[in-house]
Amino acid sequence: MPKTLLQLQVNGVEKSVEAWPMQRLLDVLREELQLTGAKEGCGEGECGACSVLMDGKLVNSCLVPAYQARGARITTIEGLAANDVLHPVQQAFIETGGTQCGFCTPGMVLAVTNLLQQNPNPSETEIRTAIAGNLCRCTGYMGIVNAALQAARSAQEATLESAS
Amino acid sequence: MQPCRRHALHKRLRLRAPANICEVRSPKSLGEALDVIARSPNDWRPLAGGTDVMVVFAAGKLKDHRFLDLWCLNELRGIREEDGYFMIGALTTHSELQQHIVLRSALPLLAAAAAEIGGVANQNRGTIGGNIMNASPAADLPPALLVCEAEVEFTSVRGSRWVPYSSLHIGYRQTLCAPDELLTRVRLPRLNSHMRTYYRKVGARRAQAISKVSLAAAVDDARQDVRIAFGSVALFPVRCYRTEETIQRGEDPARSLETELAPITDMRSTATYRMHVARNLLAAFLKNEA
Amino acid sequence: MLRKDGRAKVTGAALFVDDLQAPQMLYGATVRSKVARGRIVKINFDAGIPWNEFTVVTATDIPGSNCIALIIDDQPCLADAQVNHPEEPILLLAHHDRYLLAEALRSVQVEIEPLPVVFTLKEALEAKTVIWGEDNVFKRIVIEKGDVNTAWKHADFIVEETYSTGAQEQLYIETNGMLAAVSAEGSVTVWGSMQCPYYVHKALTKLLGLSADQVRVIQTETGGGFGGKEEYPSMLAAHAALLAWKSGKPVKMIYDRAEDMACTTKRHPAQIHHRTAVTRDGKLLGMEINLTIDGGAYATLSGVVLSRAAIHAAGTYNCPNVRINGVAVATNAVPHGAFRGFGAPQAFFALERHMEKIAAVVGLPSDELRRRNFLHKGDLTATGQKIHEDVDLSGLLDHALARAGYHQKRALFCRENSEQGLRRGIGFSAFFHGAGFTGSGERYLASIAGVEATSEGRIRILTSGVEMGQGTNTSLAQIVAETLHVPLDFVQVAEPDTMQVPNSGPTVASRTCMVIGKLLERAATDLRQTLVGSGLLRGDSLNDFRSACAAYIQSHGELKTYAQYKAPPEIFWNDETHCGDAYSTFAWSVHVTEVSVDPVTCEVRVENFVAAQEVGRVIHPIMAAGQIEGGVVQGIGFALSEEVVWANGRMENSQMTNYIIPTALDVPKIEVIFLENPYPHGPMGAKGIGELPIDGPAPALVNAIENALGISVNTIPATPEILMAAMEAAYAENAFAIAS
Repeated sequence: MPKTLLQLQVNGVEKSVEAWPMQRLLDVLREELQLTGAKEGCGEGECGACSVLMDGKLVNSCLVPAYQARGARITTIEGLAANDVLHPVQQAFIETGGTQCGFCTPGMVLAVTNLLQQNPNPSETEIRTAIAGNLCRCTGYMGIVNAALQAARSAQEATLESAS
Repeated sequence: MQPCRRHALHKRLRLRAPANICEVRSPKSLGEALDVIARSPNDWRPLAGGTDVMVVFAAGKLKDHRFLDLWCLNELRGIREEDGYFMIGALTTHSELQQHIVLRSALPLLAAAAAEIGGVANQNRGTIGGNIMNASPAADLPPALLVCEAEVEFTSVRGSRWVPYSSLHIGYRQTLCAPDELLTRVRLPRLNSHMRTYYRKVGARRAQAISKVSLAAAVDDARQDVRIAFGSVALFPVRCYRTEETIQRGEDPARSLETELAPITDMRSTATYRMHVARNLLAAFLKNEA
Repeated sequence: MLRKDGRAKVTGAALFVDDLQAPQMLYGATVRSKVARGRIVKINFDAGIPWNEFTVVTATDIPGSNCIALIIDDQPCLADAQVNHPEEPILLLAHHDRYLLAEALRSVQVEIEPLPVVFTLKEALEAKTVIWGEDNVFKRIVIEKGDVNTAWKHADFIVEETYSTGAQEQLYIETNGMLAAVSAEGSVTVWGSMQCPYYVHKALTKLLGLSADQVRVIQTETGGGFGGKEEYPSMLAAHAALLAWKSGKPVKMIYDRAEDMACTTKRHPAQIHHRTAVTRDGKLLGMEINLTIDGGAYATLSGVVLSRAAIHAAGTYNCPNVRINGVAVATNAVPHGAFRGFGAPQAFFALERHMEKIAAVVGLPSDELRRRNFLHKGDLTATGQKIHEDVDLSGLLDHALARAGYHQKRALFCRENSEQGLRRGIGFSAFFHGAGFTGSGERYLASIAGVEATSEGRIRILTSGVEMGQGTNTSLAQIVAETLHVPLDFVQVAEPDTMQVPNSGPTVASRTCMVIGKLLERAATDLRQTLVGSGLLRGDSLNDFRSACAAYIQSHGELKTYAQYKAPPEIFWNDETHCGDAYSTFAWSVHVTEVSVDPVTCEVRVENFVAAQEVGRVIHPIMAAGQIEGGVVQGIGFALSEEVVWANGRMENSQMTNYIIPTALDVPKIEVIFLENPYPHGPMGAKGIGELPIDGPAPALVNAIENALGISVNTIPATPEILMAAMEAAYAENAFAIAS
């Protein structure tokens, strides 16, 4: 079966890719677009290492058929930092021990970012619920929860600063 | 009642699915979708959010190579109230079920069940239609649907019909959906506000877990309107009518429950544990312990 | 102090092996046995596949020896005449089209005539069917201190019990993967996810019959290892290299999760029997411990796991008479291997559960029993090692118990637990972990590490000790930066490439910071001394240092110093008798945990966890805490949910859906307390830390469950199914007792 041309927006840029309709969005990102930040950890939507944002919502890209991503707005980990300036969530992850081996990190950072976009001041339980679909084997989740809390705090401080 | 077949995963899973030979058709309207499957029933696998289909596909265990992509059919989305019913489009995601403020407060069972499915990412893509039509005995929404006495709408070029969800299953992973039909809507009446409701899923961990046993229940003060539904302990999710009658009569439901459930031993749990927990969950509910 | 590789990891820029491509690259796949043990009769290639396009490799294609060199060298790279475990590799395929490759994999049929099998420890020991060596035994170890036979007659109580632990899958989130390429001259380069570049290097030279300089191994960013990438990568590298060798093209082999779980190593299942003589005052008089571990079909590291398990089996207690009998046996299961803790988690589950039982029998509070038996400076361990350091286990225990509110909670739960409602319990464990290789192991490794200066005064660390998340690249840089008085960002760890870095030994055994760090501290000191000695170092400022480097390199060409391992003077170990100084030092720890158990479902919720440890000195507080937190959560999984379901020697639940590791909702906040007691032979006073935290959670949790439910569980994982059955049995017994 021939590949088909799909248009989608990735990290703010319009892209045309050739893909089979049932190819996984994960493979389209990694192989057609060379965006290797999203990872395959399990291939069955359990570990979240492949998570990306699709139209503002966290999804497991290993479970999204390419065809359903056409016309969608995709954000991968590569799209989070603005030029060389890290997103506050990324900065927090480095500071609080939220990343160790780094393999779950892209998905985890996006999960936390997505949470804070919807809930800027989450409780610890809300954080853990938001990342429950992202498995980490290195950190025991402490560094990640602390990263989310720190990112939330610094966003609050930034808001207060700009308000004053 | 026959005990469930044991899942035997002897074959190694191959996680490179044959995307190169698959066709996807993305109809622009429900009418077009129905035409496609009317012309070649059994040829097209309906595909909504993909959280079930893509897993099986990736494992190389799906025979289908032609997929009918329903994701763009916005007419299958939306939650509305009509004549005392909640009308829920088949493509409503589990996240949307939880976020709808009115639905959440009127039918807390449904939101509670939706919250138990996978994690956030899977809830953003998984749909009520998909959860029903995947027809797993361990599905998380069905016990709530049974207690809420949901009906599902099947639509084809021949028209549409409403079927009580309780009649949907005709065997293990088999429904009475005709080959040329699609599930289009789910409707649930508002539950009497005097009813006390309960939903609990028991899985191996607090998220991303397949249910070992789940119970949805509702009861009024007089214990005359009693509704009990279990998941993962029979060929399909079941409403336990005999047990309800026992409770109405004020008797101990344990014996009756044993006749209505048929839990199995599999990779995830044992028949003994499942039966024991089912009895305990019911007892806890009746004692007013949530 | 931010971790150096943090930015690359949070931006997705860090490159793991599956992120790499090579021109003309092929994908490789493995045809494996579906039978646990049998003779290979015939291999059939189905029609319909263009086999001429494929590279096919069998055992006969192996240029050197068909084995994965490790210790005993009993494991073939590819099965030849016989297979000895399910999923054993038989044949390799490569093609550029992954879909066709998958199709081809399904189209190779291997006919195998089954042979009798051994699956249980009992069958292995009975040896009615012999599947390995003469008697199915990989290794036996006996450790003796004093004479345990004399203890029984002086005992007021003799307490006996058997404990068992299951297999555990490492479940690094990045699966195993390798990329291999062969040059026109026939030299081989392999890139991949691994913990031990030089293990892979040794295995490939033997497999391919090449000299050391013809094989180059480069570690890529590794997404977790935990021991699962200690020895297994040699097998995968061998396969990728063989395909590259035969095809002449680069070959990438990445395991998908199902293959990785079903086909690679797990923690050794163990059965441990304790028989203990104790006085009515709770003094341990004699301990007899029999431990049996299941090694699977080939030896891999079973002998060493057995050794560590046996050495740790009598724990942190001063008992005058000890006999530990250890045996590692073969079964026809997929071979077991290294996993963080390496025998100690198994040993401590048994021991710390047993101490609970002893306390109950003697009638002492659990903590008091420990205090009366803890080792102190000057005491001898079970192997006769004298404790030279000022260890204060009672202090550590008190600190941990106080922080957890142990005594108040015990009293509270006793009052409040009832038939209805959640049952709460609190429990603890006390344990240690020997850092570095056992006894003569480090001497044998004779590790080398080095530092090199550039003319700008920037420093490259040269070591085969790798980063796999634990923070090596940062902590080693910290040690060198502090020694040389240069800023942290002046120091980088060179890519772990066997062509560029010396053999510092494997990244295992909690040795990297302590042993390799110490080597680097010495090498850095020597580098500075070299500059001082040359007269080029004018002062103490950074600029002085930089000018000195520039001047030195100008006249000498390079500025590089190496240090080689020197055993601390007072270490003596006899491997034959397993007697003497097993480790140069121990890290000590106490875990205290509170659980609530829902009697409706017997689900266990971990409410609180306190992990207190003395690890010499903490180099990087956040990374050290990260090691503890991560290890504790792996321990929680080991104790409560990570069950491997076996079917004829094969893991049946080989999916993340069905092999249950904790999510963020399954574990509480973990409170980490570090006590410091600088270790003189560790860099900046540090001891090894990586494995310590996984040794304690299981017994602490099961002790807490016993406190909550009043039932004694001696097997893990203590799943709700097991707890429910134990509750049922206890009620039945009670009912019988009341009735009669």
